[in-house]
Amino acid sequence: MDKKLFISSSPHIADQESVTKIMYSVTASLVPAGIAAVYFFGLHALWVMLISVASAIIGEALAQKMMKRPITISDGSALLTGLLLAYNVSADVPLWMPAVGSFFAIIVGKQVFGGLGYNPMNPALLGRAFLLASWPTHMTVFSGAVPRGGTVSGIDIMTGATPLNVLKQSKEILSHASEYPIAQVTQAHDAIGKLYDSFGHLFMGQVGGCLGETSVLALLLGAAFLMYKRYIGWKIPFSYIGTVALLSWVFGGTEGLFSGNIIFHLFSGGLILGAFFMATDMVTSPVTFKGRIYFGIGCGIITVVIRLIGGYPEGVSYSILLMNLLTPVLDRWTKPKVFGGNKKS
Amino acid sequence: MGLFSARSFSGGVHPSDSKSLTNKKPIEKLPLPSQVIVPLQQHIGAPSKPIVEKGTQVRVGDPLSESAGFVSVPVHATISGTVSKIEKRPHPLGLNSLSVVIDGDGEESWNPDIGYQEDYLELDVKEMLNRIQSAGLAGMGGATFPTHVKLSPPPDKPIDTLILNGVECEPYLTSDHRLMLEEPKKILLGMQIIFKILNAKVGAIGIENNKPDAIEMFRRVISELKLPFKVFPLHVKYPQGAEKQLIKAVADRTVPAGKLPMDVGTVVQNVGTAAAVYDAVAYKRPLIERVVTVTGDGINEPKNVLVRIGTLYSDVFEYCGGLGDDVGKIIMGGPMMGLAQSSVDVPVIKGTSGLLVLNEKESRRRQETTCISCARCIDVCPMGLMPKMLGAFVKHNRFDDAEAYHVLDCIECGSCSYVCPAHINLVHLIRFGKSEVIKKRKKAS
Repeated sequence: MDKKLFISSSPHIADQESVTKIMYSVTASLVPAGIAAVYFFGLHALWVMLISVASAIIGEALAQKMMKRPITISDGSALLTGLLLAYNVSADVPLWMPAVGSFFAIIVGKQVFGGLGYNPMNPALLGRAFLLASWPTHMTVFSGAVPRGGTVSGIDIMTGATPLNVLKQSKEILSHASEYPIAQVTQAHDAIGKLYDSFGHLFMGQVGGCLGETSVLALLLGAAFLMYKRYIGWKIPFSYIGTVALLSWVFGGTEGLFSGNIIFHLFSGGLILGAFFMATDMVTSPVTFKGRIYFGIGCGIITVVIRLIGGYPEGVSYSILLMNLLTPVLDRWTKPKVFGGNKKS
Repeated sequence: MGLFSARSFSGGVHPSDSKSLTNKKPIEKLPLPSQVIVPLQQHIGAPSKPIVEKGTQVRVGDPLSESAGFVSVPVHATISGTVSKIEKRPHPLGLNSLSVVIDGDGEESWNPDIGYQEDYLELDVKEMLNRIQSAGLAGMGGATFPTHVKLSPPPDKPIDTLILNGVECEPYLTSDHRLMLEEPKKILLGMQIIFKILNAKVGAIGIENNKPDAIEMFRRVISELKLPFKVFPLHVKYPQGAEKQLIKAVADRTVPAGKLPMDVGTVVQNVGTAAAVYDAVAYKRPLIERVVTVTGDGINEPKNVLVRIGTLYSDVFEYCGGLGDDVGKIIMGGPMMGLAQSSVDVPVIKGTSGLLVLNEKESRRRQETTCISCARCIDVCPMGLMPKMLGAFVKHNRFDDAEAYHVLDCIECGSCSYVCPAHINLVHLIRFGKSEVIKKRKKAS
């Protein structure tokens, strides 16, 4: 025969996975949460998401062009980063904010390091941290973002009326009850009562907060899809959430030790979004079995410390960013056992 | 691993097995080719030395060469005729290699020494090993390690367990499966001989669950022949047929890194090799033919064929309806670990378990992207390695780091490259890394 034959190293077959498939699948799994956000917060939420995504993609194309690298925006990773950044801001932010945030996330958080696969920290979270540090008021006052049906605690007009913030401030009031007027103390007491009674609201999404933080149900649906496709595993989310549950139960209550309300702490804030979609980001999390467990536990500890003792009501973003920095070390310390022992071969 | 630790191993992948193309097709005897090209090296070890010359008349089974030392086996004439040349010819392993070309006379004249000896089991072990070496036996699962060497472990490594490898975990291949269905007695009597040579206590046959007919057949014949062997059905997963993984699943023993199965008192043999052992010891019949699975989208009539060693691929393909119009790769072996071939003028050798013809679309290399640390390669590695790290180290010439990360323990099964979503050919990089580390070690010693 005169036909030319292909020659290459084995193996000669492969399964049908690709980086692009993974990126678009993760994006698809976030769509239910996006739909919930638009339902609860209105059409403005949709513009926030679109601007954020568009800026991320354009930012990446510009950066790669300037750096004379091949343009890879079709692989879906910029799209995903843009969407995740949108989920980390509230519905009432001015539209230039997600745009700036996305540019920062993509250019400083990713392209500067070499592009996909080289970034040490989660780009979307880095973008969020940048926005929070630069424009804290916009990022924490949610007065314009009251969910359809009203907030859980009944407290709408307040600086940062998210359940966690209301809880923090109400606890603060209750622990120094004598220094506050009676009406405020009663309101704080009622608020906590309502929050602890609010699982339905928290679960469905009728709460104040960032776009992607609110509907636990929508997020869990997406996460279930990803776990079925094996794009995320159980190790990081479960160790993260498990640690938060345990520590919140022990230390997070208002009536001494072991009185914390676990469900409330798990469902509020960005924990579900963070544990299933951000901490599990493949590039920035460990690759070993034990490494992933330690990573989740570390995220859990830092999250609870910030929530209970730190200045911010929510600690998910920072805990993940900090643990991202430890990922290379965790990988080195938790190398898997070689079949047949760990001696030098 | 708990519940399944005795019947599987950790890691591994599940490629679609593609065996339905040939697993119900009985073995067909390929008509004698008019010419065979017999390479002098078809085994691991020193190439054999020719003892014939141009013009020598040969019968089937006549030795063409002699062993060059202990780790070496001879090759034999596989058709009767005249030796026309002894020269370098294309070899499946890629380079041109010294081979004996025999022009057939169209007859089937056989070496008259070949014949059944009823009391073969009474032979002493030394004579049995002698017959095995003289018959040119090498591992027929593909590794082609000289059988007599494997069956002569040093006295300080006693063997108590013999495992026969009927797993055939590579997709597409069905030659061992068909052999188990059609020649179970030969395989088991061969196993009995090996059992005696090793003075083993336990005899086991590992067969994957996707071959229930073979499992059933073997159990029946074992009880008919009253042999003390046991069949172990195994969870279907690639690479269950890899030696260390097989020993782990069947005997629950772990071969230490860098060591051999005999270090845990075990020997593994392919079922085809066992059948050849029976022929060699009971009949003094050398290894002159083997079953080859000819399959894939690129061949018109996939089949299992019994082929004389030295037959060119072109003759084999012709018998199987010829190559189709859409041919991309011809692989000797299976799709996970087989060798891509550069032409059809290459002979079938002792280790050619299959000839897989992939079409062009299946053969094209996919665009490589950056590693995203998804860790799928680490999850599937049956040897507990970190392929992504090994690949990265080799890419950056950090061979010391690769050595520290156990690159030499890689069995090159291909599971990592199979699952990589960035389409990085990790096995390719690891192979290069291994050769550099070995080179460096040789220089140091």
